Amino acid sequence: MTLLAPSKPGQLPSPPRAARSGRHRLLPYLLLLPGAVWLLVFFGVPLLQLAAASLYDPSGSLSTGYAMTWAFGNYPDVVQAYWPQLLRSFGYAGLALVLALLLGYPLAYAIAQKAGRWKNLLLVCVVAPMFTSFLVRTLAWKTILSDNGALVGLLRDVHLLAPDGRLLATPFAVVLGLTYNFLPFLVLPLYASLERLDPRLLEAASDLYASGVQAFRRVTLPLSMPGLVAGTLLFFIPASGDYINAELLGTPNEYMIGNVIDSAFLVRLDYPQGAALSFLLMAAILAVVFGYLRRAGTEEVL
Amino acid sequence: MTPMARETPAGDLRLADLTKRFGIFTAVDDLSLTIGQGSFFALLGASGCGKTTTLRMIAGLEEPTSGQVLLGDTDIARLRPYKRPVNTVFQSYALFPHLTIFENVAFGLRRRGIRSVDDQVRRMLSLVQLDGFGPRRPAQLSGGQQQRVALARALINQPQVLLLDEPLGALDLKLRRQMQIELKRIQTEVGITFVHVTHDQEEAMTMADTVAVMNAGRIEQQGAPADLYEFPATAFVANFLGQSNLLAGEAAGTSGGEVAVTAHGARFSVPAGRSRADRGPVHLGVRPEKLHLVGSADQVPQGHQHVAGVVTDASYVGVSTQYLLRTGWGTELSVFAANDGAQVPVPVGSEAVTYWDPRHAFLLARDAADTDRTTPVLDEPVGASS
Ligand SMILES: Nc1ncnc2c1ncn2[C@@H]1O[C@H](COP(=O)(O)OP(=O)(O)O)[C@@H](O)[C@H]1O
Ligand SMILES: [Mg+2]
Repeated sequence: MTLLAPSKPGQLPSPPRAARSGRHRLLPYLLLLPGAVWLLVFFGVPLLQLAAASLYDPSGSLSTGYAMTWAFGNYPDVVQAYWPQLLRSFGYAGLALVLALLLGYPLAYAIAQKAGRWKNLLLVCVVAPMFTSFLVRTLAWKTILSDNGALVGLLRDVHLLAPDGRLLATPFAVVLGLTYNFLPFLVLPLYASLERLDPRLLEAASDLYASGVQAFRRVTLPLSMPGLVAGTLLFFIPASGDYINAELLGTPNEYMIGNVIDSAFLVRLDYPQGAALSFLLMAAILAVVFGYLRRAGTEEVL
Repeated sequence: MTPMARETPAGDLRLADLTKRFGIFTAVDDLSLTIGQGSFFALLGASGCGKTTTLRMIAGLEEPTSGQVLLGDTDIARLRPYKRPVNTVFQSYALFPHLTIFENVAFGLRRRGIRSVDDQVRRMLSLVQLDGFGPRRPAQLSGGQQQRVALARALINQPQVLLLDEPLGALDLKLRRQMQIELKRIQTEVGITFVHVTHDQEEAMTMADTVAVMNAGRIEQQGAPADLYEFPATAFVANFLGQSNLLAGEAAGTSGGEVAVTAHGARFSVPAGRSRADRGPVHLGVRPEKLHLVGSADQVPQGHQHVAGVVTDASYVGVSTQYLLRTGWGTELSVFAANDGAQVPVPVGSEAVTYWDPRHAFLLARDAADTDRTTPVLDEPVGASS
């Protein structure tokens, strides 16, 4: 936003007024240009293309070609066919979000406020998994959770798991994978917010008769709200569209909407269906996000 | 009024042998103090001497290594901060940035489950002259206004003791003077015990009934500002509270109500009532404004004592002229001559004699190794000592 604000007259000796102000007025737009072009070519055009594809005649195919028939019926059709996967996406992502919050908030708080000189090291530890590919990390979880793995063996031994019980290929594994893979996206913004929290405010709260719980509710939590909102969005949006975790750690019974879109485009080659599902997912996420932002009411975030 | 204030029996605040160590460093060293109920008490000391640590122990934000904090007869030293009938005005104010001024002030009441806070908050805002500021956020207020919000936020709880940690430190001089008067007025109005920490001796003296001078974790002296100034107990106090000329000498005992002192080959006397020691190494002290400057020894009035020297510097500061007089043994004495129109300026370089009434002198015990001391202990606070 500030880029667009009229810039103040410079204080340094500079060229005559008219020339200077002309260039100054253009400068913000020039700075925006590369980003705008990028967005148009790589987001705007494909988006339109996708929107068009979602309205193609569903009886067409890649070999016979698609006809543009404004087939709005594609949308109710995909909802009817795939609503369980759609619901499951949000269900799993929501569950993973709750788990991630339970893990991530205390973690971010501890790193920001209590870690002292270990702060940087701990931050690196949070980010370190990102140095390997998403796929490799998820495959590693596949090994960890596998039926012959040490973890399953141990859980069976202590009777937390039935003798024939398994972790892999269950909803549990998928939610766990989602939680693990997207946790840093939640922790980092939260950390940034909590880092700025002045511990003297907590002392002031305590001086003003707030118990630990009250101080958290009235001071820490509201002040970490921007990070919390940003973190939950950065977590929830990619998690609900994800298909790798369900694919590698689950079975078709755990498939999420991402898996359906994946197969529509790459296996079944049903472009209108894939496009309609993509748009549906986007609309659903936008609805969730806006609903959330309205309720969270944090004008600071946006 | 508030339940918490009523439960605990009211009374004096007493610190008994209070000690705080950080590792091997002793920040507060076996400190004992009694602060009378309803008094305006100033804790004065250079930055780093342990003032904030002392306040934090009273507030409960720091746990004492040993010792007691007694309010009336109850030891509160191990209570959680939110269980103490004590509130703090922090040096940094520590206002909650996400809350309005109104909610900042109401914070303490709400945490104690008090429902109808409107009237009290409004009254408090008007006491600190911030009527109508309720809906604003702290960031929209000036430093002086934020300071007053911090005060209102603490006062509204009607604590038994209000702790103020250099509350005026961040304000410019003019605003600071104004707020000093304001604070004093408010304290008189609410009658709550104020413990005011400051490194500004003028601030301590103008505001407080009782001043305690703190140095390296210990109390050097406490008393009414005038008593501290007129008859300091230690060389530190003599030069921290204002400035003193301290001459190293030897006392030879009391006779006829006078202590005889030999300093730099000359003999002086000090009334026994103004002597902290009457034998062995002493500092003979005289305040610069108690010294008078004349051209020669025969102009010294009867019953006064004098030292001769050469004027090495004269600074005209409006209300007075401040001279430096170099004595025969090389010490430069400070002499303040009031600009009352009766004084003749003494030119730099001329020989002169300074004299004083022995009743204005004082005698302090001295470390044998200590020499003359005439320079004030300047305290430039280093950064924010919060
Ligand atoms: N948490 C702490 N850890 C270690 N040393 C501390 C701590 N708090 C204060 N100190 C030290 O104790 C001394 C007194 O500090 P403080 O009470 O803040 O002084 P003042 O308020 O008089 O300026 C200082 O030397 C300071 O460095
Ligand atoms: Mg301090």
